[in-house]
Amino acid sequence: MQTDRESERIKIIVRDFSFYYGAQPALKGISLDVRENEIFTVIGPARSGKTTFLRCLNRMNDSIANTKRSGQVMLDGKEIFAGDIDVADLRRRLGMVFAIPVALPKSIYNNLALGPRMRGIHSKKRLYEIVERSLKAAYLWDEVKNRLHESARKLSGGQQQRLCLARAMALEPEVLLLDEPCSGLDPISTRKIEEALLELKKQYTIILVTNITGQAARVGDRTAFFLMGELIECDLTERIFTNPHDERTSDYLTGKFG
Amino acid sequence: MKRPHPKTQELIAKTILSLFAAIVVMTLLAIVGYVVVKGVRVINADFLFGSPKSMGREGGILPFIISTLYITVTGLLISIPLGLGSAIYLTEYTSEGWPTKVIRFGIDCLAGVPSIVLGLFGFTFFVRLLNFSWSILSGGLTVSLMILPFIIRSSEEAIRAVPSSYRDVAFATGGTRWQCVTRVVLPCALPGIVTGIILAIGKCVGETASVIFTAGTSLRIPMSMFDSGRTLAVHFYLLVRETGASDMAYGSAATLLISILVVNFFAYWLMRKFISRVS
Repeated sequence: MQTDRESERIKIIVRDFSFYYGAQPALKGISLDVRENEIFTVIGPARSGKTTFLRCLNRMNDSIANTKRSGQVMLDGKEIFAGDIDVADLRRRLGMVFAIPVALPKSIYNNLALGPRMRGIHSKKRLYEIVERSLKAAYLWDEVKNRLHESARKLSGGQQQRLCLARAMALEPEVLLLDEPCSGLDPISTRKIEEALLELKKQYTIILVTNITGQAARVGDRTAFFLMGELIECDLTERIFTNPHDERTSDYLTGKFG
Repeated sequence: MKRPHPKTQELIAKTILSLFAAIVVMTLLAIVGYVVVKGVRVINADFLFGSPKSMGREGGILPFIISTLYITVTGLLISIPLGLGSAIYLTEYTSEGWPTKVIRFGIDCLAGVPSIVLGLFGFTFFVRLLNFSWSILSGGLTVSLMILPFIIRSSEEAIRAVPSSYRDVAFATGGTRWQCVTRVVLPCALPGIVTGIILAIGKCVGETASVIFTAGTSLRIPMSMFDSGRTLAVHFYLLVRETGASDMAYGSAATLLISILVVNFFAYWLMRKFISRVS
């Protein structure tokens, strides 16, 4: 195992991890570390395996038929594919936000309370606290505090995406997995989410998949560049953007392809 | 021959299609209207809440209303849990493969069995073999076999129509499969499921052939699951066939139609209220 020069603890270790849809490899021998309380950004062109990578971390890809994997993923030093891991519990520890915001056809309050309720929290007071705290953390509280019991589907796209972020945080997770959370949003909503992320990393470890390279540069601590299922390089964000090792990274960042 | 101008085609298509729609609506209105107009004359409190006299030529139809209600409720109590359970299993708990195809083929075959054949089966199996005799229970069981495939199919369609992204959310927020089904999928699929059940209620209430064989034709109010009872539809058939008291027959038919309409309106109203509350 490689020695860690930084003082931060390592949260997630990925070693030689591969994933196949049928015979088609989507990830090829990925090895990387994610440190606690950092924003780890993953960039790369479409179909480079970014989303697959993210969905493997909380085992959302388990249910897809005809897939195969090899290698290791460890959370806090424990293999996540081990037999004694409770998948529902794992997913609570790694809250996920999808690329397309999905507000369930329920009230705002019930969207947020879904996760805690499924974990067995039924005290109204406690649920309300969680809802309020999550909405505040996602910078949505002021906009919705007077209509918590209205349908979440009436919110705008940007608000729905922040609702999804709040819903992930309502799980009180340790890690946030964000899959292009700003892909459908205008610059102002994007900015709001980025501000929220910088605040959130004090509390959470964040893995952010993004196809806006500028976003990785603005909020990322470290950045990994994926291409065709391979990890091309992974380094401090500053270094990736100013002095990448690999030519393909600089080609992508300067817009020669992608 | 020269093709007509697109605008002319449009006009012809529109005329023909609206004509077809009009024919359908007119037929429906004619049937319902005929029965209601002929039947409504005899409907009054004595008719609805009285007991039949001289084989139903006079008096009321209360026992038949009650028998219809009992058989429908029994049929639904059996087929809703079974049907909804099977639908959930087929859509959420298995992946598509030859076993599901075989099950689905079986369900479609069951849906195609004529009700008189089901009645014969109910008679030999429930009435004779299991010795439930002619009873509400035998009738309810037979009717439930008849509506089961419709409940499975309509629930399945409704469940399948729930976007898979909703399921992803349930799983990603730490839900088990059962929690995903009960907290996310079913609430979204409910309108479709309820619609299927309403149609099934209509089929139950109107069922005649299989119920004659299994629930019997008793004129009395059934006092238990094992008593025989005559449904409104059976009563209608027997009145026309054996007594020729057509006024009374149309009275029962009108009661049947009106009650189905009331049930439908009430169910849709409930569902609309529910939908506006959740979305």
